[in-house]
Parts: sequence; structure tokens; C-alpha cells
Amino acid sequence: MSEAGMVESLIYTKPGSLTPIGTHYCPGCTHGVAHRLVAEVLEEMGVREQTIGVAPVGCSVFAYNYFNTDFAEAAHGRAPAMATGIKRLNPGSIVFTYQGDGDLASIGAAEILHVAGRGENITVIFVNNAIYGMTGGQMAPTTLPGQRTTSSPLGRDVETQGFPFKMCEVLSQMDGSAYVVRRSLHDVANIRKAKKALRTAFEVQRAGLGFSMVELLSSCPTNWGISAPAALTWIEEHMIPAFPLGDYKVHPAAAALEKAGK
Amino acid sequence: MAKGRIVVDEALCKGCELCTTVCPKDVVHMAMDRLTPRGYHPAALIDPQGECTGCAICAVICPDVAISVYRWVPAGKEAEPVRASA
Amino acid sequence: MAKELLEGNVAFAEAAIRAGCEAYFGYPITPQTEALEHMSRRMPELGRVFVQAESEVAAINMVYGAASAGARVMSSSSSPGVSLMMEGLSYIAGSEVPAVLVDIMRGGPGLGNIAPSQGDYNQIVKGGGHGDYRPIVLAPATVQELIDLTVLAFDLAEKYRWIVIVLADGSLGQMMEPAEMPSMRPIARRPDWALTGAKGRKPNLISSIYIDPAKEEVFNYKLLDKMRRIEAEEIRLRETHTDDAEIGVVAFGTAGRIAQSAVKAAREEGIKVGLLRPISLYPYPYEAVRRLSQRVKSLLVVEMNRGQMIEDVRLATDGRVPIHFYGRMGGMVPMPDEVLEAIRRVHAGETVGLPGVLA
Repeated sequence: MSEAGMVESLIYTKPGSLTPIGTHYCPGCTHGVAHRLVAEVLEEMGVREQTIGVAPVGCSVFAYNYFNTDFAEAAHGRAPAMATGIKRLNPGSIVFTYQGDGDLASIGAAEILHVAGRGENITVIFVNNAIYGMTGGQMAPTTLPGQRTTSSPLGRDVETQGFPFKMCEVLSQMDGSAYVVRRSLHDVANIRKAKKALRTAFEVQRAGLGFSMVELLSSCPTNWGISAPAALTWIEEHMIPAFPLGDYKVHPAAAALEKAGK
Repeated sequence: MAKGRIVVDEALCKGCELCTTVCPKDVVHMAMDRLTPRGYHPAALIDPQGECTGCAICAVICPDVAISVYRWVPAGKEAEPVRASA
Repeated sequence: MAKELLEGNVAFAEAAIRAGCEAYFGYPITPQTEALEHMSRRMPELGRVFVQAESEVAAINMVYGAASAGARVMSSSSSPGVSLMMEGLSYIAGSEVPAVLVDIMRGGPGLGNIAPSQGDYNQIVKGGGHGDYRPIVLAPATVQELIDLTVLAFDLAEKYRWIVIVLADGSLGQMMEPAEMPSMRPIARRPDWALTGAKGRKPNLISSIYIDPAKEEVFNYKLLDKMRRIEAEEIRLRETHTDDAEIGVVAFGTAGRIAQSAVKAAREEGIKVGLLRPISLYPYPYEAVRRLSQRVKSLLVVEMNRGQMIEDVRLATDGRVPIHFYGRMGGMVPMPDEVLEAIRRVHAGETVGLPGVLA
């Protein structure tokens, strides 16, 4: 019902940086949330037309179908190297990679280390769901001790299968890193914080401060074998203790960008 | 009456139920009486008492960007939303 | 331009720069590291892009990125490093972006050594990476040819949106010879298909994925068609003394150059021998080899490997004449005298070959 002087306003709908295509991700998979946050940030910064994304091998291999920007498809783990080539030849562009935990921390371990070490002005969005999603649920470098996967059927045995990789902690050690933070997508408050971090990361790139990465603790209901709401709870109860949220490296100028409410 | 309402795009909704778990007014529920073209039970606004405030929390958690949110605002204070691609 | 004394590795790097190469991504590996070092100095001087990557794997993927951005880009490496690049090359082929690679071959397999060899023929000429693709392959035999073919490589890569590989060996990379460098070309405009930011246009996509096999097959037909055009138009070779030859020597690159000396010496001894030196290894000059096989009594293939190009010679000749083989492996470089001796033996009616390489 309309009261005097009130109008019905559309306050939220799909951002223009996303295409109309429905995604192929599983119901409840937080890839969709991460995509939406990135798209909203690009839209709000007005940089959609300058942006070039690099998709990995993984569930998000078709990410280019969902973003309304130039996109490249990289080989498994190589997105940071491909992004280096793209950014160096397009210095005025905004370049981001979007990678899962297998792509970034396993086969791509050298590439991600060096892109941070070189301080490449790119933004890496690291979607960590502690498992290999696309190939059907194998152990990932970020799989938790005792976590059952199809290649650690008795639970990850740290004696023979090692410990989870803490990528924010590692990459924050590189002098070339300007903004390395970990956030989570398990509830609305954290999703909002994640969006702020993504905005800061892209602003860091725009300001040419160096390498930026936002690690997003994410769910995989299908391969974890639980419902979507239960998966979000699992992130909170099991992943956050192993991968503490926080700011691991913040360049002083990045802190200023964040404070300025940008 | 309702300060807001949502519209769920049933071509995109995958029935993941996350929106139903976060609505502060508990007016978003799964519509068990129908299936989307992809075979999911969609979420829907079921708000007979007009309690929706248009807070958009459901839209924040929706992984499929299936939810559009409307809110009654004073004239002249219409939001500039991030719009769907043309 | 005047001739200068130039080292092969430096020559091809500078030639690439003259051809308008905007970006070089590489990794140190003997015997071609001088190219990386030359690029590390020259590219920043010219405001162009140079990165010493963390590995050849990363280097080829940086090439892939820069190529997707529509820039003239190259890498160079040697055999083990090129093996690491095979995935990236397959992706580049599957995405139809232009790129140039120089392979300065060394002894192998495995770590091998840093001596010259031609052991990468199969890997490079037959595609190397997974899937149905054949890069254009050019085989120089002199520093001048190395320069000219590197410049040509960029033109062909752009013309066909394809990979072009200049296949040389450690001796060519390291030797110093008088040669002429071409003049500097301007940097080209980025093509419309390139990733430059979707300003005022629909987004571009550079990808090699066709998840539907029916669509992948259609794409492969498109590549086949491209390769047919390449085969029709880009064959390059040199023939010397073949008009009245009774023995035809077929050899490429440095082996061809060595064979040239042997052929000349054999002619002085009265042996009617000629040399066919393929310069394009893909597309291979099958027709020219076939015609040669119709004129001669036998062929002698000379390579610095266990016999790889010989299979293409067999394909071309279809069993018409005996094919002999003289090869050195592991980085050993044949001397002209050895090849001359092989020619003499063939002339005398002997069978010349290696165990396992049937004559």
C-alpha cells in the first residue's frame, strides 16, 4: 500500500557485471556469492570495461560465462602467470584471477608465490573450500586433518599426507604483497565484510600498490556430503579455527584506502 | 503493510534454502507446490501479514542472484541499484 | 644495414625486437641464456615487457597471457625447458593466439648436456603438446637465417593466429657469424579479438575449452583448415646440386650445413650427390622430397639425433628408394668428414644406418 509520498523502489537486483546466464554451480555453493560480490565491486568502481578476468581449472572453469568482462581461460594453476602477461601488456586494466584451492595451492603453488613475490598489480580471489570440487571431491592442500575425501578416504593423515596450507600466512611474507586478507562467506555479516575486502583489494590494484589477494572460506555441500546450510555451519565450526580470518598484510597506503570508505 | 517485497527469479533459483535460514522475519519459504524449469522447489515470499522490510539479507546470501528486492521509500530517495544487464 | 659479428642467441633476441616483439618471458637455460640476458637489458630500454619467470611453465603461460592481449610476444628455451612448455603450447594452439618460441636444442634425453643436438624434432614438429595441432616450424642453419626466420616467425604467427617455433641448436645459438640485422619496426596495434578491456564492445573470450565434443570437433576442423592453408603456402627449402644427383642427402639446420660441406667435397671426388635442406619442418616439403626420390638412386638422411626427420622422408618417398641414415646423438656434432665417409659408403653400395634405424 502506498502512503503519501512513498514509492516502491528496486533496491537490489543482479549487477550489470554479471551476465543473465544461470550458473552451473551446485545449489548453495558459495561460488555464486563470491561471483556476485566481485561483480558488485567492479560495477560500483565503474571499472567493468577495463577489467580482464582469468578463469582457472576447477568448478569455476566457466566463470567467463557469468561475468560481463573480457576473460581468459588459463591452464590449471597458471592463472597468475597468464594474468602477469595480460596486466603487463595492459597496464591500465584491472586484472583478476579467480582460483580454487587445488588450482592455487597445489599445481599453482609456484605461480602464486612468484606473482606475490614480484608484486604484480593483480588481484587474486582465492576460493578455499578445502576440497577438489570439479573432479569429485579429492583431497586438496587445504583439506583439514582427519577430513574424509575421495583420496583420503580414512581422513587426512598428517603423517603421510601433510598439513593444510595456510596461503594468506605464506603470501603475507612476500615484500611484493600489498593486501592479503582472509574472509568468509558463511553468513551475511561475513559476506558483507568479504565484499569490503574485495573492494579494498581492487582499489589496491588501481592504486598500483602491488599484489592483492582475498581468500574466501567457502562451502562445497556436494563433496562435503552435507546440506547447504550445514555446509555454512561447517565453515564456521571447522574451517575458521584452521584458517583464521583477518588481515595478514596491509600496505600502509591500503589501510588509508580502506579508511577512506572506498 | 509490508515495507518491502522480494521477487525470486525461478529460472535461476536452485532451491538451496539458504535464504530461508537468514530471513529475520521468517517470510521466505520453499514453495513445495511447484518445481522450477530446472526441477528445483523455488524459494518464495510467503508474507500474508506484510512483514517484509526489504532488508535484502536474503539477496545477500543467495548464491544464484535470483532475488530482487523492493522497498517503499520516500519519493526522491529511490536507490540506484546495481541493475541487471540489459 | 651493415654486417656485424653476431652471436646466435643475441641475434635472434635482437631480431625479435626489430620485428616488433613487445614482450619476452623466459627462464635461464643453457645454451640459450644469452637471449634472456639480452632481452633483460633491451626490453626495459625500449619500454617493453621483460620478465624472468619462475620456470618455463610460468614463462609459457605469461606468453599465453600476453598473446591473449594481442601483443607480439615470444619465449625461448632449450630442450628440457621446452618439454615443460608443452601444456602451454597446446593451450595457445587451442586458443588460436599468435606466439613465437625459439628452441635451442641440446643433448638428451633428460638432463642430458648443453651440447648441440636435434633431438627435439619429434616433440616440436609433431606438435609436442597434447591434441591435434602442428606448430609452424622453421629451421635455420646460419645466424643470418636465424635472424630472418625469427622475423618471419612473428609475421606468420600473426597471419595465421598460430604458434611458430624456430628450431635451432646450441651450436647456432653460441656461434658468432657476420650477419645483418633488420631495421626496427613500429609496435603493432592490438587486434579486435584481443583482451584489452571490453570498452564500448562485447567482451572477448580467449579460451581453449569446448566442453561439447561435437563443438570441439567443429573447432578441430577449423584448425585442420588452417593447417591446410599453411601447408599450401608456407613450405620453404633449399636444394643444391640435386639436378643430376644420384644420391640425395636430406638434412636440416646445423646437420644440413655440415652436410653441405660434405656434399661439396664429395662432388670434388666425382660423386653425384646433392642436398635438400628443408627450412620449414612443418609444413614439411614432402613434394620436393618425393620428386628428389624419383631422380636419385638412394637417399641419405643426416641428423643430430637417432633418426626423427627420417620418418618424414620415408613418408614422402613411400619406399621408392633405399634411405640411409647417418646420425650422432647425445650432443655429438658430426664432422663434415664423417658425412663425407657416409656418402662414399652409400655410393659404394653399402648400407649406412644405426642399429634400430632401418635403412
